[in-house]
Amino acid sequence: MSQKVLLNAKEVNIILHRLACQLIENHNDFTNTVLIGLQPRGKYLADRLAVILKTDYKIKNLQLGHLDITFFRDDFRRGEKILEANTTDIDFLVENKNIVFIDDVLYTGRSIRAALTAIQSFGRPNEIELLTLIDRRFSRHLPIQPNYRGRQVDAINEEKVKVNWVENEGEDSVYLINN
Amino acid sequence: MSELSVNHLLGIKYLNKKDIQLIFETADHFKEVINRPIKKVPSLRDITIANLFFENSTRTKLSFELAEKRLSADVINFSASQSSVKKGETLIDTVNNILSMKVDMVVMRHPNPGAGVFLSQHIDASIINAGDGAHEHPTQALLDCYSIRERLGEIKGKHVVIVGDILHSRVALSNIYALQLLGAKVMVCGPKTLLPKYIEDLGVKVETDLRKALNWCDVANMLRVQNERMDMSYFPSTREYTKLYGVNKSLLNSLDKEITIMHPGPINRGVEITSEVADSNQAIILDQVENGVAIRMAVIYLLASKIKH
Repeated sequence: MSQKVLLNAKEVNIILHRLACQLIENHNDFTNTVLIGLQPRGKYLADRLAVILKTDYKIKNLQLGHLDITFFRDDFRRGEKILEANTTDIDFLVENKNIVFIDDVLYTGRSIRAALTAIQSFGRPNEIELLTLIDRRFSRHLPIQPNYRGRQVDAINEEKVKVNWVENEGEDSVYLINN
Repeated sequence: MSELSVNHLLGIKYLNKKDIQLIFETADHFKEVINRPIKKVPSLRDITIANLFFENSTRTKLSFELAEKRLSADVINFSASQSSVKKGETLIDTVNNILSMKVDMVVMRHPNPGAGVFLSQHIDASIINAGDGAHEHPTQALLDCYSIRERLGEIKGKHVVIVGDILHSRVALSNIYALQLLGAKVMVCGPKTLLPKYIEDLGVKVETDLRKALNWCDVANMLRVQNERMDMSYFPSTREYTKLYGVNKSLLNSLDKEITIMHPGPINRGVEITSEVADSNQAIILDQVENGVAIRMAVIYLLASKIKH
């Protein structure tokens, strides 16, 4: 197994600030916008962006939720792996809101498809956008593209992109792992 | 991620502690789902479930059906009173006929103890026991324990008394197994005639004085007197039963501490508990019903994930 550093802590930090600024450019003061981190790994990115928007850019009343898509996935009973559910934490309705889905890596697009269905349980949003830290090009199974991307990566299918956060792995970094 | 150690839910007897914890954790997620504006998830859209009720039921049947529909499964219902069972068809024939319509899972209530185990040895589908005679009612025990956990934080070390008709109760046996597995101390309380012989061999305390039992416990699970299963008279009169084993507000107020009251339903108001108690804040009877749907969704989801595609 070999691994290559795609982004180090400093680069991750610069990208997070750029993504925060791009969000502000489109959503101003976020009065009608909600950020939804996709469980399990998009949660960390969403939480981090929310902190930056609140502290560095003084956005007040930012609404943030976490959405679990386990029960909406299209691979139930189709793999060896048992699907493990995570907590959904959305204590508001998304009716007529602008939603930004936040996930760490965009790969096949199937998780996003599941999230698009799952979010309907909380109302009919006005518009949904997608923000991902890493966009793996040429690997999509569905016609889904991000509106905001941190870094575009060309990786072959055998390779894995791993995003680490201080909160769980002790450092901010992105690795390309070759098994 | 762990999975259930069993392919069927035939009784709590066949589960281990990890299974129950996994069911509870999964039920936590489903409880959040059923409190959303849209309460449905598409996980089981390619699964068909048959609800076979060879015995009457309101709550359990509705609860299972709702759980199945909230998971997007296709559901067919069968009740013995309106079927060919009356014409003399055997259980295996009935079920095999239903399975040839490509059913993946069977939820069955049957008057004979062991009906679920018997069926699991003869057919391919995954089976959930929704009550077999006076033997087991596993989903009821799971939802009871889940409700205790929700109310009191944990089950380990808690004192739970099961009051009433233990002899004819499947809820009692499943509850005893489940509570002991989760580390609770269990007592049964009722008239001697309604306590099975050798019940203490299960490791439960036995008490015939209701006041003593209530003073000992944190939770009292009040069972219904099952008149329909009684082939003889087990106590002189309903009035006397109520006097000795019925719970009313003044009895609860005279205890040293506030205890939680549970009832698996249907309630005989004024017999085992008064309306005042059933509708009080101490009772979690309607929470039990709500949790029943979440628990059944969890059990169905976890068993379905083991069915090969």
